Amino acid sequence: MSGDHGLSGAWRWLREHAVNIVAALVVFYLLLPIAVILLFSFNDPAGRYNYTWVGFTLEHWAHAFSRPELNEALVTSLKLAVLATVISTIVGTMMALALVRHQFLGRRAANFLIVIPMATPEVVMGAALLSFFLLLGTFSLGFETLLIAHVMFCISFVVVVVRSRLIGFDRSLEEAARDLGASSFDTFRLVTLPLIMPGIFGAAMLAFALSIDDFVISNFNSGTTVTFPLYIFGAAQRGIPVEVNVIAMILFSFTVAAMGFATWQQRRAEKMTSVRPEQEAGAGMPAGAAAAA
Amino acid sequence: MRRRVIPYFLLGPGTAWLLIFFVVPLYYMGKLSLESGFVGSLEFNWHWDNYKEALSEYDTQFIRSFVYAGAATLLSLIIAYPLAYAIAFKAGRWRNLMLFAVVAPFFTTYLIRTIAWETILSDESPVTEFLHAIGLVPSGHILATSAAVIAGLTYNFLPFMILPIYASLERIDVRLIEASKDLYASAAQSFWRVTLPLSAPGVVAGTLLTFIPAAGDYVNAQFLGGAGNRMIGNVIQSLYLSQADYPSAAALSFVLMALIMIAVVVYIRFAGSEALMGEENAP
Repeated sequence: MSGDHGLSGAWRWLREHAVNIVAALVVFYLLLPIAVILLFSFNDPAGRYNYTWVGFTLEHWAHAFSRPELNEALVTSLKLAVLATVISTIVGTMMALALVRHQFLGRRAANFLIVIPMATPEVVMGAALLSFFLLLGTFSLGFETLLIAHVMFCISFVVVVVRSRLIGFDRSLEEAARDLGASSFDTFRLVTLPLIMPGIFGAAMLAFALSIDDFVISNFNSGTTVTFPLYIFGAAQRGIPVEVNVIAMILFSFTVAAMGFATWQQRRAEKMTSVRPEQEAGAGMPAGAAAAA
Repeated sequence: MRRRVIPYFLLGPGTAWLLIFFVVPLYYMGKLSLESGFVGSLEFNWHWDNYKEALSEYDTQFIRSFVYAGAATLLSLIIAYPLAYAIAFKAGRWRNLMLFAVVAPFFTTYLIRTIAWETILSDESPVTEFLHAIGLVPSGHILATSAAVIAGLTYNFLPFMILPIYASLERIDVRLIEASKDLYASAAQSFWRVTLPLSAPGVVAGTLLTFIPAAGDYVNAQFLGGAGNRMIGNVIQSLYLSQADYPSAAALSFVLMALIMIAVVVYIRFAGSEALMGEENAP
């Protein structure tokens, strides 16, 4: 009898936790390839192909940057990503400000122009740009055309991220600044900009991640320039060196750190805006800290 | 006067960039798709045959792309919903860690992730051996099959499904769900009639964000598929970059774009457009 009890108890437990169990399995599934990349960065492959586990070595971590071609590709990717991020973040933030803060003729068209690249498959964007560069003939394929392409596909994402931050913006803070005699430029510089900074930083991070990871559009428009993903693609046929895994994990760690920083910054900005006179007592903040804020 | 100029000044650079490097290239690709001849002697002469030939020669790859992308989208939805639900309602203090797990794949390069799946699904891997042992994979091979390509597509675009569903679930006013329970709805009823409809915008956005890139993808088919699993993206890529048959490749790209547009429009008609354009019209 008690066995029957235990079984129905286990069944009930399973039913209650079904969602959590599935969720845990999905998380495992999401992280599995990352674990494989990490594991195989310690592999000591017998031949050129790093597909089967042979033995543990720290060799490739110790000499992560021993392949000049790979280093060169990585440097190109980083340069490209930094430039594409700076340009697309500035241009995209300006567009987001216009779309959220202003009423003007052609707003719907502008919105459409921003959505449509995100709804276009990358292979079509890459092919269209290549057609353009080929028929126009003024650009020679290389770093320059890659930069043009990367900025193009990053802009829309920057606009979307910054805009979502602007929509949730409490405009009474700006009105307060104006009431206290700040010019509109000063209000923007001292109130608006710091408050939307986490959004801009998040957008910049996204642009950087998109750019450094882009393969398809770069594949079409790179000419003979080699970025990190293009290097991997080229190396895939003759065997990918283990150093690629090592560098992938190094990039992974840096991104995680940057994301941690962004989250921390966002929390700080949220704290800044939540300090209101009527909330001070409720928030239980020490009087001195509240006064300083 | 000044206020009227400001928005155009702010929009100017970005709009120009998108017009010159996104819209104008589409025009050039259209022009190229109607040319005939080979590199060096291309000539514009309204050569519609490119379209006819492209469609008749590569119809299998088109159909395959849409079937693979559809299957991957459906699988992603089935996998993503429980996770998004758990993160939104059950995760508690684990929430940020789980959200991190969702975006973590993006922090490693797309190609390396796909190549990691090549390792995971290879014949000697424990995963393949396990699936073989329980009889799911009688042949003992997963690589170079449709299943491998669909699995890769599902994995690579899964976060695009999870995040919008999570966002829409998270925005639900929990009091609505409580109200349905007060009115004697069972857990299942309140899920099907309250939670699920309220999360529909997220599901619509997620399916689009998964389907569109999956239909045009060629990386998964390249690394995980075999010769019989080539998608239309693979054809476009090799016509452009290896065979230099630009007119056919341009025609194929246009057909792909048009088919996806049609699919998206039909889908949005059917599912409602708030998901895609919803918040954009906020003041």
